[in-house]
Amino acid sequence: MTIDWSWISGHTDDLTTLTLSHLQAALTAVLLGLMISLPLAVLAHRVRPLRGFLLGLSNVLFTIPSIAVFVLLLPVSGLTRTTTVIGLTIYTLVVLLRNTVEGLDSVPARTKEAARAMGTRPLRTLLTVEFPLALPVIMAGVRIATVMSISLVSVATYIGDGGLGQLFTDGFQRNFPTPVIVGVVLTLLLAVVADALLVALQYVLTPWKRRRA
Amino acid sequence: MYELLKNLGIWLTSGSEWAGSDGIAHRLAEHLQYSLLATLIATAIGLPLGLLIGHTGRGAFLAINLASFGRALPTVGLVVLVFLAGGLSMLPVYVALVALAVPAIVTNTYAGMTAVDPDVRDAARGQGMRGHQVLFQVELPLALPLIMTGLRLALIQVVATATIAAYVSFGGLGRYVFDGLAQRDLVQVLGGAVLVAAVAVVLDLGLSGLQRFLFRHRTA
Repeated sequence: MTIDWSWISGHTDDLTTLTLSHLQAALTAVLLGLMISLPLAVLAHRVRPLRGFLLGLSNVLFTIPSIAVFVLLLPVSGLTRTTTVIGLTIYTLVVLLRNTVEGLDSVPARTKEAARAMGTRPLRTLLTVEFPLALPVIMAGVRIATVMSISLVSVATYIGDGGLGQLFTDGFQRNFPTPVIVGVVLTLLLAVVADALLVALQYVLTPWKRRRA
Repeated sequence: MYELLKNLGIWLTSGSEWAGSDGIAHRLAEHLQYSLLATLIATAIGLPLGLLIGHTGRGAFLAINLASFGRALPTVGLVVLVFLAGGLSMLPVYVALVALAVPAIVTNTYAGMTAVDPDVRDAARGQGMRGHQVLFQVELPLALPLIMTGLRLALIQVVATATIAAYVSFGGLGRYVFDGLAQRDLVQVLGGAVLVAAVAVVLDLGLSGLQRFLFRHRTA
């Protein structure tokens, strides 16, 4: 299997467009996933009976094949970017919800009691004590969700909007490996860069963890 | 929506859909075959690797990075690539499914091994146990819960992803998803998706039952 380098140099504009569109879909999904899962996680953390239900529901959603999710959304949102983003968001929820709940669980009860004893109100405790302390575990979830979304965008190529995944369909239909290899390599690169940036972000957001380094 | 669910009910319960070589029963068997065989191969590769890394402490870097590499690898691209390289066979599908499952198994096995209390390991050594005895009689049993979690995760992902076998013209429950997609037959797509999800949930429950059976003597 040889790589046709001239095809790559002749298609740099297309590749840039596809990469950007790929990244946009994945990142939008993670942001939406966070906006949905953070309040749900607080709910699951505080209201015990809801916990099993919410986590179980997200696990079941995870088992539905991504292709099917995209296709099933077609009657709702059509052959659009919206369908891709909704489908990806559903997948990020599993990881984000579980990790955020685990992160909130990991905050020592004593710390919360101390905050209460100092007269801090529940919402403020949540925002200034619980979330910051849960951040390492939440960020681990964000990293997994981001990398997973970046890899999953290509599945949306079956509904005509797969970012770099379109290179797979293209290569498959023309029996031409170069675009497929380029697509796989660019997807992996995007994932590695995004993951490294998130590690850097976590470093910035958790200054108290740095002391020993 | 109601109409769709009613048709889905009819599709799932009609005897004619279940029978024959492109019936649900046959597709279900194919899907199970792909999923279970791929997970078995992945376990045969990933479990020893994870145990070795955890036992010797060497290659931890590999174990940690393998996880994000596995999550980042686009399965569709991998299937197409192996397909273009190796021609029409089940090989691309198995390669992709195994590549998907190995990282989850390796990293969870490794995580389980590192979670073993070092004092317990030292005590085993102090009693004169040899390396392989420590591994099989102390570390492995203690790491088993996390190893099982890794296996369950890998199996769920493999079952959901085995759908792509149909993309390179093989069977399995993905047939309904892809055929339905081509024919704009939403009931068929939904039926395929529901069956895949049901298989994943049932297998996951089965493994969790097995896990509980294996640890029935533990109180905690």
